[in-house]
Amino acid sequence: MASTFQAESVSYSLRVNGVERDVEEAWLGESLLHVLRERLDLPGAKNACEQGECGSCSVLVDGSLVCSCLVLAASATDSDIVTVEGLEADAHTGLSDIQQAFVSEGAVQCGFCIPGLIMSVHDLLDRIPTPSDIEVREAISGNLCRCTGYGRIMEAVRSAVSARANTGPEATS
Amino acid sequence: MSVATPHSLDEALSALAGQPDAHVLAGGTDFMVEVNYGHRRPTAVIALSKVSGLRLWKVEGTHLVLGAGVTYTDMINPEIAVPFPALAAAARTVGSPQIRNAGTIGGNVGTGSPAGDTLPVLAALDASIELCDTAGVVRLVPWTEFFIGVKRTDRRPNEIITAVHLPLFESKQDYLKVGTRNAMVISVAGLALVVDFDGRNVRCGLGSVGPVPLRARQAEAWVANHIDWEQRTVPDPRTYETFGAMVADASKPIDDHRSTAEYRRHAVGVMAQRALMRMI
Repeated sequence: MASTFQAESVSYSLRVNGVERDVEEAWLGESLLHVLRERLDLPGAKNACEQGECGSCSVLVDGSLVCSCLVLAASATDSDIVTVEGLEADAHTGLSDIQQAFVSEGAVQCGFCIPGLIMSVHDLLDRIPTPSDIEVREAISGNLCRCTGYGRIMEAVRSAVSARANTGPEATS
Repeated sequence: MSVATPHSLDEALSALAGQPDAHVLAGGTDFMVEVNYGHRRPTAVIALSKVSGLRLWKVEGTHLVLGAGVTYTDMINPEIAVPFPALAAAARTVGSPQIRNAGTIGGNVGTGSPAGDTLPVLAALDASIELCDTAGVVRLVPWTEFFIGVKRTDRRPNEIITAVHLPLFESKQDYLKVGTRNAMVISVAGLALVVDFDGRNVRCGLGSVGPVPLRARQAEAWVANHIDWEQRTVPDPRTYETFGAMVADASKPIDDHRSTAEYRRHAVGVMAQRALMRMI
């Protein structure tokens, strides 16, 4: 059903990481990034440029990788939103396989851009399980990292790809 | 402020009828930047992201009709990229995967930025823009009449852009763009070239070198007379350079923070020459 919100501040709910979350008394012009960080206590998506340039705020909306700073939060009311906090994680480490690969390969320096990069790499490997280096570079072309020079990040993606190949359904069947 | 999230075009048009001053929101990649930076304080928004019917494309007779909600990522899909390689090439140069997943052809056309990457392609293809008003009246506007100035279009306040109509024909096509890097770059200059073997003509659309997308019509007519259409060759190799110079002459660039007019004029000339050499 279509819905229309009126008035300066209203309450609505968003489905984030599988949970309906109430957004109370919010200005309707707020970006999804702002709502996630400032209202829903989900600071994984980072706020840097607020214009879609840096990719630090990347999340999945209905399975599609987007910059949450460019999503009008109130327009995402019946969408499935997944943030870096909602990735499937190892019970022991609390990390997804790709996060673990970034840690193991030393791909994290200041760390600010990493949640966005993790989301981009998850999206890539879900679409293309064994990407070429060019495909990886294109997939992370919207994620700026000013520390690493990307070398270790590329290495982490290669490592995650081979780990998945070794533990995937083909290897176990 | 109000935000409507219609699920069908009818619901969207009803919402617009009730809120005639509403901003019709497509992918949000331009609009949200303005809101985030406080340059725009919207009073009413009708977000089209849930109108799945606008995300479709289909062949209708001699045209491919792209719904206004077709994203740049969709334009790279072979169903669109095979008949319209220039459109796919232009889409591929837009932003990053995140931006291509959000931005739409309807949004690009509706914003009407001189730097919009699909605009020179639509010009070279002689596309038309389909609009529907709140009374349900559908209007098909040729691109030449739709783009009327910098970020100004012929869309009326009671209309929603519903589709872009692209004529199907046997051709070679390409889109070239100059910017400071491959990803995340707003066009300094863009050029779409279409060599139409059915119609035996050449069509060249220019972007970021005028207030609206331009066509280099004199250069197009001249070069069509210097192509051997039977052999599909260019007999005189000097043709490429002259064509480039004529295309550069057709541009109307300005100096701004992204480039000088002089460089833009030079760049479209080089791109025209290069695109023609690649094709024929």
